[in-house]
Amino acid sequence: MLTDLLIDAAKAIVAVLLVLNLATVLLWFERKGSALIQDRVGANRAAIFGIGRRLGVPNLGVTNTFVADPLKMFTKEDFVPDQADRFLHTLAPFLSLFPVLVTFAVVPFGDRLIVGSRVIDLQVCQLDVGVLYLLAVLGIGIYGAALGGWASNNRWALLGGVRASAQMISYELAMGLAIIAVVMTFGTLDLQEICRRQGGAWFGWLPKWGIIYQPLAFLLLLTAGIAESKRIPFDMPEGESELIAGYFTEYSGGKQAAFMLTDFAEVVLVSALVATFFFGGWQVPYLYPEGFRLPGIGSVLLPNLVVAVLGVLAFGLKVVFFCWLQILVRWTLPRFRYDQLMYLGWKILLPLGLINLAATAVVIVAVAS
Amino acid sequence: MATWFPIAVIIGFAAFVVGAMVSANRILGPRRPSPVKGQAFECGNPPSGSAWARFSVRFYLIAILFLVFDVEVVLLYPWAVAIRRFGTVGLVDAGIFVAVLMVALIYAVRRGALDPD
Repeated sequence: MLTDLLIDAAKAIVAVLLVLNLATVLLWFERKGSALIQDRVGANRAAIFGIGRRLGVPNLGVTNTFVADPLKMFTKEDFVPDQADRFLHTLAPFLSLFPVLVTFAVVPFGDRLIVGSRVIDLQVCQLDVGVLYLLAVLGIGIYGAALGGWASNNRWALLGGVRASAQMISYELAMGLAIIAVVMTFGTLDLQEICRRQGGAWFGWLPKWGIIYQPLAFLLLLTAGIAESKRIPFDMPEGESELIAGYFTEYSGGKQAAFMLTDFAEVVLVSALVATFFFGGWQVPYLYPEGFRLPGIGSVLLPNLVVAVLGVLAFGLKVVFFCWLQILVRWTLPRFRYDQLMYLGWKILLPLGLINLAATAVVIVAVAS
Repeated sequence: MATWFPIAVIIGFAAFVVGAMVSANRILGPRRPSPVKGQAFECGNPPSGSAWARFSVRFYLIAILFLVFDVEVVLLYPWAVAIRRFGTVGLVDAGIFVAVLMVALIYAVRRGALDPD
């Protein structure tokens, strides 16, 4: 009993730490990746006593992102404008980052791992209402941006805050509709079960991934997800050239870091959701609980440990791939205008989501009866 | 109860990490307030009064529209899970429900509720 509780607690803590670390790595990747895309060098100055240079290792900006920046961020003055609401000013970054980390509780990162007589489900918490939990907790994040803009008592911040909340609620609809279609297809709200039902293959070779049932929902969820994370091309709330930094104009130090990490944690979350709903989550093509069964070649039996580890690796790979895709999108597309954003959300994505929903429902009912 | 234990752990741990992040500067950072530093940033100009004033009503309209459609989405979830059990009757019922709200959306769009000023 105690061991079970300890395993549960360990999974929860590891999940949060993994997400925070991946978010930081993405920050580094975005710096060097954007430099690569724009044919620049990128962060390459900070070094610890020039150790890297003496050893002949090229400076990849690792010290900048992982040592210098955090040190600097957490030793800055905690600055709050005189006219601001001090309590809400502190609460806002908390409400921004906290829900994103908590949503990872229902994201499955692997199949069952069997240790002796103990079966460990590689998911922090298996909830029958996983999808509802996800949407409910994710909704809290809107308060972070809205309160941050309001509490600063700064015109730029206020504009950024209301823009951010308008944008996030608009795209949450498209996101909800896209996920409904997936829920219909798999007939469950439990994310682990959704992953399990994507196992197997049609005609012996085509993996039964969600993308094949729901290609439109995939595009909707990815678009709405990028909009939710308020990154280019959807970054009107913090568009530098018009709003300084939007709702976090008046933030410094760790609070600013919390807002920044929210962006990257949301990138990770969107990638994890896309992978879970449409790309089989931890499913590896042709890998079954007992081993590989390759079409036309034969089968290889594998122990449970190898299968579980392969699943976790596959999930990690899919998440990293979609993170990379989102960073590529961010550095490739220009920023939308505010009215274009609303147009896309309400007049394109929402109707498309409803059409997709109707089509899915009709097909499922027709097949079932 | 045991089902929700990991959720409690993740909430507690995330709250601890984020709380530490948000409050670290109080302890680690310097504290040198000055009247100029305390001003709201308006590109170097003296701030033109409090920002807690009126702003465009469009945002309020969007919030109201969101409420309507988000409740629609939430109400569709139970049906989505049990769609195979409800069959054609459920499909028709949900269709009527969505159609009524579609009329509302078309009305709102036609009246320009989502257009910029």
